[in-house]
Amino acid sequence: MAYALQQLINGLTLGAMYGLIAIGYTMVYGIIGMINFAHGDIFMVSAFIAVTCFTLLAAADVSSIPLALMFVLVVSMFFTSAYGWAVERVAYRPLRGSTRLAPLISAIGMSIFLQNTVQLTQGARVKPIPPVIEGGIELWQTPDFTVQIGWSQLLIIVTTVVLMVAFTWMITHTAFGRQQRSCEQDRTMAALLGVNVDRTISLTFMLGAALAAVAGVMVTVYYGVVDFFIGFLAGIKAFTAAVLGGIGSLPGAMLGGLLIGLIESFWAAYLWAEYKDVATFGILCLVLMLRPSGLLGRPEVEKV
Amino acid sequence: MSAVVFAHHAMTPAERLRDAGWIAFVALVLGIPLIGLTTVDAGGRLEVATRFGLLAVFVAVAFAGRLVLRYGLDHARARRLRRVQAGTEADDGRALAQRVVTVLGWFALGAAVALPLVFSGNRYVVDTATTVLIYVMLGWGLNVVVGLAGLLDLGYVAFYAVGAYSYALLSTQYGWGFWQALPVSGALAASFGILLGYPILRLRGDYLAIVTLGFGEIIRIILVNWTEFSNGPNGISSIPRPSFFGLEFSRRPAAGEQSFAAFFGLDYSPMQRLIFLYYVILVLALATHVFVSRLRRLPVGRAWEALREDEIACRAMGMNTTNIKLSAFAIGAMLGGFAGVFFAARQGFISPESFVFTESAIVLAIVVLGGMGSQMGVVLAATLLVLIPEFGRNFAEYRMLLFGAAMVLIMVWKPGGLLSHREPTLRLGAAAKATEGGR
Repeated sequence: MAYALQQLINGLTLGAMYGLIAIGYTMVYGIIGMINFAHGDIFMVSAFIAVTCFTLLAAADVSSIPLALMFVLVVSMFFTSAYGWAVERVAYRPLRGSTRLAPLISAIGMSIFLQNTVQLTQGARVKPIPPVIEGGIELWQTPDFTVQIGWSQLLIIVTTVVLMVAFTWMITHTAFGRQQRSCEQDRTMAALLGVNVDRTISLTFMLGAALAAVAGVMVTVYYGVVDFFIGFLAGIKAFTAAVLGGIGSLPGAMLGGLLIGLIESFWAAYLWAEYKDVATFGILCLVLMLRPSGLLGRPEVEKV
Repeated sequence: MSAVVFAHHAMTPAERLRDAGWIAFVALVLGIPLIGLTTVDAGGRLEVATRFGLLAVFVAVAFAGRLVLRYGLDHARARRLRRVQAGTEADDGRALAQRVVTVLGWFALGAAVALPLVFSGNRYVVDTATTVLIYVMLGWGLNVVVGLAGLLDLGYVAFYAVGAYSYALLSTQYGWGFWQALPVSGALAASFGILLGYPILRLRGDYLAIVTLGFGEIIRIILVNWTEFSNGPNGISSIPRPSFFGLEFSRRPAAGEQSFAAFFGLDYSPMQRLIFLYYVILVLALATHVFVSRLRRLPVGRAWEALREDEIACRAMGMNTTNIKLSAFAIGAMLGGFAGVFFAARQGFISPESFVFTESAIVLAIVVLGGMGSQMGVVLAATLLVLIPEFGRNFAEYRMLLFGAAMVLIMVWKPGGLLSHREPTLRLGAAAKATEGGR
């Protein structure tokens, strides 16, 4: 029981991070109908930025942890959204309105390009940083097992909840949110009504990248190691989360992320740890076969 | 087909500078975290190192590059505009291009046949050419799925792996020969294709892509973890090489066998085997080409292309889309399986390392960059993608970087691929002309 509770906490932490990345997939899919294959690598870039920032701060002897975290978050979000913007501008915008496959191929190319850029400029080795936040609360003590929630886990879950609330408010209540949703529904009509479609799409990419940056910082804090290949698996799992929750739906992305995180940690704890990625892919296949619109998504109507 | 060209006023020099300045600023922002700063290992902990000189060079290159690019693009657009205004836009250059491609194809075939004879002493050339042919074969196989049937498959490498592993296991465990194992492995790969395809082919394009990607990864993870079956990450080694009608390519053949060199009264040379392997893959690839080209003329091939163009229309015409998709998937998988068998036989060693997602991406890139559905395009793209990194051996670490950049740039420049012609194989003759004229 205690063990299961611990897995639940670990799974929620993992799921919160997947959910943050999944939002980027869902929003981009909603607005231009393509899988942004490079999104996982954007997340990876942000983790590297976080490593650099933490190392800089350690060298500058900054001892206040909240201050350091705020700084790293802001810096990482800024630079990562610049990457999100650039990827859209270079690889996707020229291909808008061409065949369905062309942007996907260009996205795969972008993903390979980003991975190798980071490998070349930052080195292929794993980057470890000293633990930023240590300790936690002991929730429940049984004779042979202690359930613990780490401060970093608490931080991840709380940050994710706060961001989700803020983000949902932004999409439902601000002018940008309205423009974003109108572009999702009908780009041509939105343009005719004076919405700057190009700008909205660019902003969507930047926002998705900024959320991925938060996830990147969290991963760096939580695991303490980063390498140039983390984007691939994290990206696929986050995409699975987006599909599971119903692509195009924001709460769905979060729900899907949590579910994937939970399934992954329980699978690894009770079944075969080495096949935990198979579990994710298996779920992806099952969801797509049985309920392609996902848990919270609207079924897509094909118009002829 | 009429071209739409937007007329802009020419940019003034000040505008050009401002534009390039903006790009340089973006390059600066992008460059600071990755180029300007890096972390290096300093005795167990990380330290930040700066490379502002390199960053300055990067920004300067971006600035100059943007100026030149902008100028070139404007120039090209102005020329195009003039051509359109003069009404001399060539519209029927297509038939000519088609004929040129055909002639080039025959020329390439001649070159491929003659290559090992000319370079019979050069191991490197024959080896590289064999690699090109493996990719050509994979590309042609995937072309059936992606190019003809329009199903995006990101896990093609799974079938390649199935073929390679079935040959490796059949030969090392049960002593099967290459030629016996080839059809069986192909059939195995095809049945995997059907097994995977059956449940997922109802999915739409992008979903299908992700599921196939997942399938490819599942196969790889199983190969890594199921040690009793596949020997895990260590792979399978000492896979027997194919023999020439029972004649082995070794200096000292096993007891009761005869070696190729002794039978023909030649001196033994390791090149004989390489050249033989080259011809094996050439024959396999050519057989694939003939097979696929013939299929295109059959009802099933036409159905694939119809499906690619419009699935709903196909269903409205009463076609069984599931069966059509399955046949494309199975045939593509089978061809991938054949390529896998050859790969295992040529390397003599396989491990899950050879079947990662990047490999799928490379094959897909070959199909798409070549121009989907174009057989010659695949040859061109495979040659380019294998040879460019070979020429750039000195900067081997930039290989995949260039590869990714090339994928993006070629897509942006020519979204249809290098040799794209998505023309229907059937035309309605005069009727079609009339409707086209009236458009």
